[in-house]
Amino acid sequence: MIQVSRHDIVIVGGGGAGLRAAIAAAEAHPDASIALVSKVYPMRSHTVSAEGGAAAVARDDDSEELHGFDTVKGSDFLGDQDVIEYFVEQAPRELALLENWGCPWSRNDDGTVSTRAFGGMTTKRTWYATDKVGFHMLHALFQHSMRFENIVRYDEFFVTELLTENGECKGVAALEIRTGEFHAILGRAVILATGGAGKIFPFTTNGTIKTGDGMALAYRAGVALKDMEFVQYHPTGLPGTGILITEAARGEGGYLRNADGDRFLVDYDYGVGNKAELGPRDMVSRAIIQEFEAGRGIDSKVGLHAALDLTHLGEAHINEKLPFVRELAKTYIGVDPVYEHIPIRPVVHYMMGGVDTDVNSATSMPGLYAAGEVACASLNGANRLGSNSLTECLVAGAVAGQNAMDFARGSSEGNVERLRGQAECESARVDALRGSAKGSEQISGLRQEMNSTMEEGCGVYRDHPSMAVAAEKAREIRQRASDLHLTDKSKVFNTEIIGAMELVNMVELAEVLAVSAAARKESRGAHTCRDFPKRDDTNFLYHTMAYQTEDGPRLDKKDVKLGHWEPQERKY
Amino acid sequence: MTEAAEMMHVEVTRFDPDQDEVPKVQEYDIPIQSDWKVLDAINYIKDEVDSSLSHRWSCRMAVCGSCGMMVNGEPKLTCKTSLADYSGSIKIEPLANFPIVRDLVVDIDGFMDKFRQVKPWILRAKERAEDMEALNEKGTFSQSPAELGAFKQFSMCINCLLCYSACPVVANEPEFIGPAAIALGHRYNLDSRDEGARERNETFRGEGTVFSCSFANECSQVCPKNVDPAAAVNQAKLGAVIDWAKGLVLPREGA
Repeated sequence: MIQVSRHDIVIVGGGGAGLRAAIAAAEAHPDASIALVSKVYPMRSHTVSAEGGAAAVARDDDSEELHGFDTVKGSDFLGDQDVIEYFVEQAPRELALLENWGCPWSRNDDGTVSTRAFGGMTTKRTWYATDKVGFHMLHALFQHSMRFENIVRYDEFFVTELLTENGECKGVAALEIRTGEFHAILGRAVILATGGAGKIFPFTTNGTIKTGDGMALAYRAGVALKDMEFVQYHPTGLPGTGILITEAARGEGGYLRNADGDRFLVDYDYGVGNKAELGPRDMVSRAIIQEFEAGRGIDSKVGLHAALDLTHLGEAHINEKLPFVRELAKTYIGVDPVYEHIPIRPVVHYMMGGVDTDVNSATSMPGLYAAGEVACASLNGANRLGSNSLTECLVAGAVAGQNAMDFARGSSEGNVERLRGQAECESARVDALRGSAKGSEQISGLRQEMNSTMEEGCGVYRDHPSMAVAAEKAREIRQRASDLHLTDKSKVFNTEIIGAMELVNMVELAEVLAVSAAARKESRGAHTCRDFPKRDDTNFLYHTMAYQTEDGPRLDKKDVKLGHWEPQERKY
Repeated sequence: MTEAAEMMHVEVTRFDPDQDEVPKVQEYDIPIQSDWKVLDAINYIKDEVDSSLSHRWSCRMAVCGSCGMMVNGEPKLTCKTSLADYSGSIKIEPLANFPIVRDLVVDIDGFMDKFRQVKPWILRAKERAEDMEALNEKGTFSQSPAELGAFKQFSMCINCLLCYSACPVVANEPEFIGPAAIALGHRYNLDSRDEGARERNETFRGEGTVFSCSFANECSQVCPKNVDPAAAVNQAKLGAVIDWAKGLVLPREGA
């Protein structure tokens, strides 16, 4: 028997975007009931791992116009300009609110919030709390959220399906991980805030929970995934683990060096101009790969890498501004950056693509909203600028919370018995999967195959023959994922069945990603094709829209919302 | 796997309340690599040997706080603890002083309740609409680097709960509010933007809070983030006493 609970809105995901949405809804509607459902306790959400900062205009030498243009240019003109304009306008207020709620932003001597330089940004507009910004933002949001008694948390609940009626979203079906009990958590609007899907790649900064669950939920419910081919490789991950070393290390003055000890972004023309190490991430990642190909990579037992040199910054500066970088480098690669170079290489970090949303954080399905990395509002286009995503969680999360509440107030809760019935069918499906030894595929084995397929076909540099192979292989892996071999029959905290459902989500997204990539025959932002090295605005200035069918994704196009910033050659 | 595999004997607590009366120990002999953390060994078992093993983890970079466990009897963040620190064999158990849910997973809902009791948010005397004059033209409070420095250390807690596992008071008195919750309440008491110290000090003077602490200092020794909760508890005791004394001398000022 499943348990049914009823709320005004249901938020899936308790990271930066989900918490911000919950607070926005709870604050504006003290009488409303807001469900916050997450597969982990909110403070474990991956927002916690963000390091460098959050962007919003703060200084007198800056303007929303400049922040907007930097973002448009960073997006390689695939960003939607209405979304970008709204974002840069809301950003300062959102970061100030977080300050009011206790976030320990680093300060100037006069007591104002301090800002630092970041890649692709014209001036210092990245707010920071040393180099643990995601951690401090997440904890400030979570702690602030606790004052609202109308936020009802469902910690460690795994959502398996969106519940719908007449094409409107009316809640979620969820497995309570601790008990194995099944729930229908109903609400007149639902917000997805589940983050990205970096774990479809083998080498990623992402935590193990980043399995694209919300993207898969929306895709299966008929909503388009947009621009999934655009995957951000962060230039500086630790070889081996993929642990992130923040861009703030370069923002604070760090250099990137090759095997000859040269600052290759200065000595060779990689299109970043005098931004050098503070070029945008797509360009810097390509430069590193080109250095490897030119024989100037550093070979070692941790593989080919480049060097991040902070030694000239001095111990005091590193301890004050980059203490976490020092801790991570010492703990995870045995290097003290005060004295030695940190080995780094490009690493999968962020999905520009996601659930198709607009400036209102609304999807095409009435009652369904999405915010944060799970969504693709097209703020980031083909390449996101570092420190825009934490702010995006707040801006889009707040909008989602407000709009979902407005929608909920104007719609019915639907037929509860019918929604319960839908959840019961889903419960039976999940029960049948638990401990099912009928299949022949091992979870970890299939995950590794998916990982290597994506790395080979959809890396920093791509070519269409390899992408076509990856798309075909991803399709085969998706089909095999319906034949998993499970052994754990326990209902109590069964992480095997969660892992199985996460894998099913990921293989679906891997196929969408590869198919979307194979269809884009140009180079734009993070999608860089050796066989089509130029951007092609005539034929490809559009968003890729992927819809689920039984035979795999069906692709369509959507116009980019241009505005007063005309597309131009992207050179720094 | 480029290096010759070294082997390790791993003893892991297994417990499934659907089947077991009490926790038992399961032993695994697995190949390991020299740069592995303890978590890598557990993940190896989960992926390659026994997919029914349950444990929590996510960021594997010592910031999400999920993967605390007992390693050879000591509370450790397993993603931060090198396997090389142990030779030949290792024993992994769920965090002590918490009820076991399954295998290496413990029930932390009790902590979540304690956490909320200290009101871990900025408390202001005035409602927000009447409070805007406290903010500068950018909409933020002014806070000097020194004022930030006063509480920063106590804001670094990742809620990994190693301190509850190490605490001898929690072991005997499970309702003790505990090191991380006190450190968090104290963090807000020290924040120049906050005006809620008196309210929290009232909580701190209640039963099972700061005065239950025997100052064993175990919490600070096991903290993987150098938060020093023991110092927070000690300072919070003082704050609570001063507020109480003020209440005796100046009744209107007191709690």
